[in-house]
Amino acid sequence: MDEMIKVGMADLKVCPFPNAITTLGLGSCVGIAIYDPISKVGGLAHVMLPDSTQIRNNSNRAKFADTGIMDLIDLMVKAGATRNRLVAKIAGGAQMFAFSGQSDMVRIGARNVEASKLKLKELGVRLLAEDTGLNYGRTVEFYTETGDFIIKSVGKERKII
Amino acid sequence: MSKINLDEIDSLHYDVLKELGNIGAGNATTALSQLLNMKLDMKVPKVDLVGFDKLASSICDEEELVVAIYLMLEGDIEGSMMFMVEKKAATCLVNQLMGRPVHDDRDFDEMDLSALQEIGNIITGAYLSSLSTLTRLTIAASIPYMSIDMAAAILSVPAIEFGKIGDKALLIETQFGDEVLINGYFILIPELASYDKILASLGL
Repeated sequence: MDEMIKVGMADLKVCPFPNAITTLGLGSCVGIAIYDPISKVGGLAHVMLPDSTQIRNNSNRAKFADTGIMDLIDLMVKAGATRNRLVAKIAGGAQMFAFSGQSDMVRIGARNVEASKLKLKELGVRLLAEDTGLNYGRTVEFYTETGDFIIKSVGKERKII
Repeated sequence: MSKINLDEIDSLHYDVLKELGNIGAGNATTALSQLLNMKLDMKVPKVDLVGFDKLASSICDEEELVVAIYLMLEGDIEGSMMFMVEKKAATCLVNQLMGRPVHDDRDFDEMDLSALQEIGNIITGAYLSSLSTLTRLTIAASIPYMSIDMAAAILSVPAIEFGKIGDKALLIETQFGDEVLINGYFILIPELASYDKILASLGL
């Protein structure tokens, strides 16, 4: 590994081999790592909301699961990935506060996860693994050398998916 | 169309939001000082509209452990608000309340957690009641929800609420203390319609 590329909230980046890419402290947001195992081009999107068509102010495409995933894949293909080889791993979508009820706000983490999966499926990207839901934050790291997606949380064992 | 667009706010509206932040934070500090029975000095709060990409890093390390209290708001002002302190600072506050040495670094037990919840309740209550008095608007708050986790993960919750209307969040940083200085952060997230009500109530 040469470099650890950092992705912020409502942000996405391509990660060329042999680098790794990370986003710190995913809460209700979802981190979507996409990877071409042959060219070893990777990428990571950190999306906050499920659906750009539901929001009037939607110019920041990296903020939404639907447009974020689409843009990340386009950038990866430009960087040498082959579209029909792409696979994905996702993490995040937690419910950070124990709100009661079933309002949109309560379910936002779960909705982000559902929307991400739906978009991946629509674009023919196979979902290999996920670590989603529950009630704690996650820092994730994706390694293009191995395809490992590492998940770190407070007071929990490091997980590799 | 709402009068306020947080991404391109004019200076008058910005000053109003800033002032509401100042007054709220001032009242919250007074309430905390009474609860802890100690003198707390407060610096002038910093009020800023921060882009999501820098929201967590403008406060502390993204993975820093923080304690946060989150409330839903109903009534004339709808939306939510959050108060957040670093876990180290929260430990000092609880120690002070429980009569332990301030820098006693220990894990929270059940009692500490409910003390923290109460501290959060009083701080946010004082903040909201000053906002309510000033604007003569009714604000009813839900029970406080507490979470202890990485700063960025906690901040994703208010950021998502702001994300529905723009790309920035309104952050109010206050620093208070005596022998220990504590940084506390308020994030107020009214629905867009409520911004208009706040401004209208102030004659703007």
